[in-house]
Amino acid sequence: MSLLLETRALSRSFGGLKAVEAVDFSLSRGEVRAVIGPNGAGKTTFVSLISGRIAPSSGSIVFAGEDVTALPAFRRVQRGIAYTFQITSIYANLTAEENVALAAHRPGTHAGRDYLARVGLADRAAQRSGTLSYGHQRLLEVAMGLALRPKLLILDEPTQGLSDSEIESFIGLVRDVARDATVLLIEHNMPVVMTLAHRITVLDRGRILAEGRPEDIRASDAVQRAYLGTG
Amino acid sequence: MSVRIILLHAGVILALFLMQFLASDYVVLTFTRIMVLAIYALGYNILFGYTGLLSLGHAMFFATGLYGAALGVTRFGLGVPEAMLVAIGLGIIVSTVIGAVSLRASGVAFMIVTLMFSQAAFLTVLYFGDYTRGDEGIVISDEFRRFSLFGLEADLANPVLRYNLALAFLALAVAVTLAVIRSRAGHVLVAIRENESRTAMLGYDTARYKLLAFVLSGAFAAFSGASYALMFAYAGSTLASIQYSIHPLLWTLLGGAATVLGPVLGTALMFLLVDFASGFTSASLLVVGVALILLVLFFPKGILGTLRQRYLPWLP
Amino acid sequence: MSFFPHLLLALLEGTVAAAVLALSALGLSLVFGVMRIVNVAHGEFFMLGAMLAWWIAKMVPGGPLAGFLAALMLAPALVGLLAFATERLLLRRIGYDPEATIVATIGLMFVIQQLALSVFGADAKPVAAPFTYRIAFPWFGFSGYKLFVVAASVALLLGAWWVLARTRFGLIMRVTQFDRETATAFGIPVNQVYAAVFVIGAALVAVSAVLIVPIQQAHYLMGLDPLLMSFIVVIIGGLGSIRGSVLAALIIGLADGVISMFFTPTLASIIATLAVALVLVVRPQGLFGVPAR
Repeated sequence: MSLLLETRALSRSFGGLKAVEAVDFSLSRGEVRAVIGPNGAGKTTFVSLISGRIAPSSGSIVFAGEDVTALPAFRRVQRGIAYTFQITSIYANLTAEENVALAAHRPGTHAGRDYLARVGLADRAAQRSGTLSYGHQRLLEVAMGLALRPKLLILDEPTQGLSDSEIESFIGLVRDVARDATVLLIEHNMPVVMTLAHRITVLDRGRILAEGRPEDIRASDAVQRAYLGTG
Repeated sequence: MSVRIILLHAGVILALFLMQFLASDYVVLTFTRIMVLAIYALGYNILFGYTGLLSLGHAMFFATGLYGAALGVTRFGLGVPEAMLVAIGLGIIVSTVIGAVSLRASGVAFMIVTLMFSQAAFLTVLYFGDYTRGDEGIVISDEFRRFSLFGLEADLANPVLRYNLALAFLALAVAVTLAVIRSRAGHVLVAIRENESRTAMLGYDTARYKLLAFVLSGAFAAFSGASYALMFAYAGSTLASIQYSIHPLLWTLLGGAATVLGPVLGTALMFLLVDFASGFTSASLLVVGVALILLVLFFPKGILGTLRQRYLPWLP
Repeated sequence: MSFFPHLLLALLEGTVAAAVLALSALGLSLVFGVMRIVNVAHGEFFMLGAMLAWWIAKMVPGGPLAGFLAALMLAPALVGLLAFATERLLLRRIGYDPEATIVATIGLMFVIQQLALSVFGADAKPVAAPFTYRIAFPWFGFSGYKLFVVAASVALLLGAWWVLARTRFGLIMRVTQFDRETATAFGIPVNQVYAAVFVIGAALVAVSAVLIVPIQQAHYLMGLDPLLMSFIVVIIGGLGSIRGSVLAALIIGLADGVISMFFTPTLASIIATLAVALVLVVRPQGLFGVPAR
């Protein structure tokens, strides 16, 4: 499998706090990768660095063979890195359909309908998205990620606040997406991680603690101590 | 574009056209002024209403058009059509430069920076009093306002020509506004207003779109300023003062921000209100101040904004 | 006069301007820092302070000193009262929304200006200085009152710093500035803090007006200049940073004094504005502000 994303010695500190420290990370095309770790491990900072929402203190990011470290976020999105927010960030005053059409870069058209259908929100197309239930807003966020037709879809805690049945259909959805995109998933829900991820990266205090197949990670003592044991 | 939207806007223009056959000379003159200034408000609305950027300095672009045209015909020997084009071109250049700098600031800092740039422009007008004649202003004599275009002789001192020209300009401005807000870029501007960081994370170059809105509004302001100077034969520094930056904000708020016809309605109503109030008080600023406060307190969506919310959801 | 005395005079005048500027910008900076709103009517509070000083000094018998002291007590109190009414009846009702606040206070600016014109008239009003002692330099005499203004401003600025850094009320203000929700969670009556801050900001600018009016005369349009200068100061200093504001006031006051001495004031203002633009290009958060993450 060819390499899609690579970070070299990627670091970011806020004041004295090293949120992400010297992370070497690589991701192959077509992979579903989960990033796990305790609260404050630097997961969101790490994916924010990849998506370009924050600038690194040092290190570099290579995406699809191109060094994107210096590119602003919107250019990275144009190159195929999509980020769905942990805290939903939708256009509350616009309809669900308008939200997704903007993501598809065809605002003012019905281009968003297919994506809404894929996440099961087809019947909510005309509803003002601010009035959608929390779970539906999360799904809308995912639909916007899909509409960007990314090479890399970063999902930041996508199942947070979803009901069991919604999680069930979400797993199916990610499998569906993974057929033509690479997925980077930050997730607390271990059953979801174990079901979906091909490989798992464990972050702890800004560093990579372990990386491997789900069964290896489950068996790893270090991971147990740092994370699973405390969870 | 749906038929009723076209009908509505064409109807408003037609009504304004027919009005000249019924109204008195004084009303025709007042409405000429309203239509010219409504262009200023229409452009301001693209930036403030649709993009969500509150500028407190658009008088500098209005003044760019105003003095560009006035000096163009009186000092540089330009004809009326050429002076118009030069003035609008200058407006585009000035607003591109000022926009590129001031858009580096956001929120409150953006408002203050635009205000200060405008004040610097106002002071510049006073500083070059030899050319601009400062407070007293440039009076454009009639010989400079005659021109021929496509073989037709025209004289801007003629009130009928002036009214219909102002109407044509207004129609053009409304059409451009409609085209912009219904275009792809127009939707992105609204997206920036609603959630700028999200829009960047959808892969839009938000800085470029904001500059686009800024320059569009600056060009409208210069267009309006140039028309004002040539049609009313006057360019004075009061028209470059802070008050003239506040006016389009007030007109837009009154008529309804982010509605196409709101600024036009707001300009007309405010003019008529000040006109009416001048019967028993000379304090037109008091009327403006009280109107601003009341609007913010009780009527933040303006007239057409409230109408759209309650009864006419299709209103653009 | 040769160059050096000329420069000394410019620096002295600049220091006076800087002191008053720091004081008037302090109010704006305080209000923005704690409440996150910009009060465009700030300059009109200044103008009202000056107008009231003139009126009070005229009403109070017993010479300029008595009039001045009475004005120093009463004018800030009256302006504070107006600020209190503004906060309660206007700002609170619009929920301190930054944009709506700007529009509303622009409205207030026009209303106050127009009422001041109707009540006090359009002519400039001189106020006698409380004392007329002149300091004799070898080259020129300099008003002792102007140096008193500098001393009084410095004292007030130090006082404000002490309140902010060392007292319980200062702590409460800083917590409120940090985060409104946290402050509420700690049981801080945020609404009362807001009212107090807004009143203090207005009173401070009124004090600076009372101090300046024997030098400058009161006029109904005098509010615009201090407003714009205060804006420049708080922007260069970093919105909400009081230390930055004081430093910026010093730089700008001195620069303005010196530039005005050698060029026309109009050109000085143009230069100041363009300097601000430059600062913003390099550091959008202001010279001493903290960049947003």
